[in-house]
Amino acid sequence: MKGLRRYIDKIKPQFEKGGRFEKLQSTFEAFETFLFVPDNVTTRGSHIRDAMDMKRTMILVVIALLPALLFGIWNVGYQHYQSLEMASTLWENFWYGFLKVFPIIVVSYVTGLAIEFIFAQVRGHEVNEGFLVSGMLIPLVMPPDVPLWMVAVSTAFAVVFGKEVFGGTGMNILNPALTARAFLFFAYPREISGDLVWIAEKADAYTGATPLGSAMTGNMGDMPSVSDMFFGFVPGSIGETSVPAILIGALVLLVTGIGSWRIMLSMVVGGLFMGGIFNLLALNEYMQIPAWQHLIMGSFLFGAVFMATDPVSATQTIKGQWIYGFLIGFFAIIIRVFNPAYPEGVMLAILFMNVFAPLIDYYVLQANIRKRRKRWKNVSVKTT
Amino acid sequence: MPETIKINKGFDIKIKGEAQKSIREVRSKLYAIKPIDFTGIFPKLLVKEGDAVQAGTQLFYDKYRENIRFTSPVSGKVRAIRRGAKRVLLEIVIEPDGRMDRKDFGTGDPAKLTREQVVEKMLSSGMWPVLRQRPYGIIADPDEDPKSIFISAFDTHPLAPDYNFIMEGRQADFQAGLDVLKKLTSGRIYLNIDDDAHNSRTFLEAEGVVLNRFHGPHPAGNVGVQINRLDPLNRGEVVWYLRPQEVAQAGRLFRTGYLDGTKIIALTGSEVKKPQYIRTVAGASIGEMVDGHVNQGKLRYISGNVLTGRKIEKEGFLSFYDSQVSVIPEGDYYELFGWASPGLNKFSFSGAFLSRLWPGRKFRMDTNLHGGVRAYVMSGKFEKVFPFDIYPMQLIKAILVEDIDQMENLGIYEVEEEDFALCEFIDTSKTDIQQTIRKGLDIMRKEMM
Repeated sequence: MKGLRRYIDKIKPQFEKGGRFEKLQSTFEAFETFLFVPDNVTTRGSHIRDAMDMKRTMILVVIALLPALLFGIWNVGYQHYQSLEMASTLWENFWYGFLKVFPIIVVSYVTGLAIEFIFAQVRGHEVNEGFLVSGMLIPLVMPPDVPLWMVAVSTAFAVVFGKEVFGGTGMNILNPALTARAFLFFAYPREISGDLVWIAEKADAYTGATPLGSAMTGNMGDMPSVSDMFFGFVPGSIGETSVPAILIGALVLLVTGIGSWRIMLSMVVGGLFMGGIFNLLALNEYMQIPAWQHLIMGSFLFGAVFMATDPVSATQTIKGQWIYGFLIGFFAIIIRVFNPAYPEGVMLAILFMNVFAPLIDYYVLQANIRKRRKRWKNVSVKTT
Repeated sequence: MPETIKINKGFDIKIKGEAQKSIREVRSKLYAIKPIDFTGIFPKLLVKEGDAVQAGTQLFYDKYRENIRFTSPVSGKVRAIRRGAKRVLLEIVIEPDGRMDRKDFGTGDPAKLTREQVVEKMLSSGMWPVLRQRPYGIIADPDEDPKSIFISAFDTHPLAPDYNFIMEGRQADFQAGLDVLKKLTSGRIYLNIDDDAHNSRTFLEAEGVVLNRFHGPHPAGNVGVQINRLDPLNRGEVVWYLRPQEVAQAGRLFRTGYLDGTKIIALTGSEVKKPQYIRTVAGASIGEMVDGHVNQGKLRYISGNVLTGRKIEKEGFLSFYDSQVSVIPEGDYYELFGWASPGLNKFSFSGAFLSRLWPGRKFRMDTNLHGGVRAYVMSGKFEKVFPFDIYPMQLIKAILVEDIDQMENLGIYEVEEEDFALCEFIDTSKTDIQQTIRKGLDIMRKEMM
């Protein structure tokens, strides 16, 4: 340990201003602070600081994603062998899924981090840790059979146009991982929609439709059982299928205080509300799906726990968070049931509300300002 | 029985080194008045090195408000006048002669004096600067009639001194001080006590005040929170505030005719061998207090508490408004994969460290920043420790872009740096929020002048 520290201290001057590798300072800093929490001490203001920092925050979100990832890897293999009507062991499923998913993760991280490092270097900033999470979220919202080059292109698009053009981490309006998914969705509709991509290398005869796909096309008979949808033994994006795995992640986010329980709860309430209205109307078979079943279908929960709660693209005010979450749930179900082109409405609902989040905050803030100004007016003006 | 006001947001930092309830006398070899303790003044010197001074001799005044004078707490000789970068006046150091030769300002029952006489005595003796105002946290304006005066009789900052202990037996001085304050405002005087403490009779039997009980974690003891709950500050209004010891000092001035800077302070922090209370005089050097009483190692000495105090040297001086000295370890070390450690010994507001499993534990906390400065990413966290009807993050951002209208709209008049200290503590982006708030207040004050 001491040796490593000595070595870093030795090479450090070369990366500082005037050094030989001055141009790689951000890169060096990123690796150095990855290895060692720096020796920075407080100079102004509070002399002691909370042990929590951005690295730990982001790593904890990645840890929260692990159950969904592990289940997703297994499920990719399981669905594959199911479609071929082959029996497979747990490890066969897992190994097959690993071979499919791991390259997607690598491509997502390499593409995204490379762009992040370049932008940080050009701007002379530190490398922000935000992409540690985005880089893991992107593979989890991808269909298992997505071509790797598409992962790379959509990740690059998301990082550059979803984040860096706005000024980098903390300034973006849209959730970067969803931007990547939306880009993929709209740029390659032929390759990415339909029933083709949800099961890796499936047999041609096998339908391979996701539950939402079946519901959309009215094939209610093809819908999997509730327990399969709950535990996640269904085709879908890599990380979205298993409710228990996602709930473990939600628990991690809530215990550590990172995720907003308000957004999660209000989104679920919003979804149930809209689903309930559809149940009452019950004009077609899709509308008759019990409202609560919407929660375990598609990416509703995954979106509620990991996407809607992104602190940068969500509303920043507490009151705003209630409204924001509710409307995401509300719109997600409307889009799901009504829109003929997109079987899943969660992604679009979140992106839609990302755009409106600043507006919600604006009105929440205006209410606070009006209250304060009213108080000012009631003051008997002392004109001395 | 007054109603108890409950503060729900906020939290107490569990740091080691609370002072035991015993008092040690310490005589310092040097004393100093530091113009930098007084926000927004421009000091003009009245003495030079080598001059003999009495306790109560004027040392300097504020160029902008010439009637505000600052006086020596002890008698002796001006030993040094220290300046910093750009010739900023840092400290005027007095070497005491041990005689405690005091200037006589004359006794007088404040109740029988006119407001002008009271103000004049406070100004000439250098007692006036104990009165500060919100907005801006500057010394009060003698010509102003504040809408109310606030005294927080308890301090919820980490390891803060217990005023019920400090003020025991100083009832006469304290009441005289309240009588002085009564002359200064046509409004109310709010005395706010801790609902959970065994309160001193000095406070419980105080006359001429509105007594309020507060219950809750830090920052319940911050006067800003109390003003916000009891008598919120509007644009154009001014509220004054001061601490209990300062009330008693003012009372003593009127009872004895002398400026008596004696105060009891708490020497606290994990690196103090035996944290306890110390009887000393305003502006004392802490060298004699800590010498031989602190642990080995690289230490940070703070006048005040660990959240809002000022870093001083080991031979540095107690700041004017402080009743506490904190000594904690410096944190200038590297930690391999520190962000990934389970964190048994790390204190955090979040639930991200295993130390959470021992809720009662206290921690030896150092000055490490625990990370690097980043853009603001997390949202909705500051609100948990900020018991105002104000949106903290939005106010901070308004200050960063210097949007004066928005700062005013979002309530900058109601806050001061200390109210944001907990936000700064929990900030995962490691930004200097207190400094930002000060910048905002300075901008507003400039705009109004």
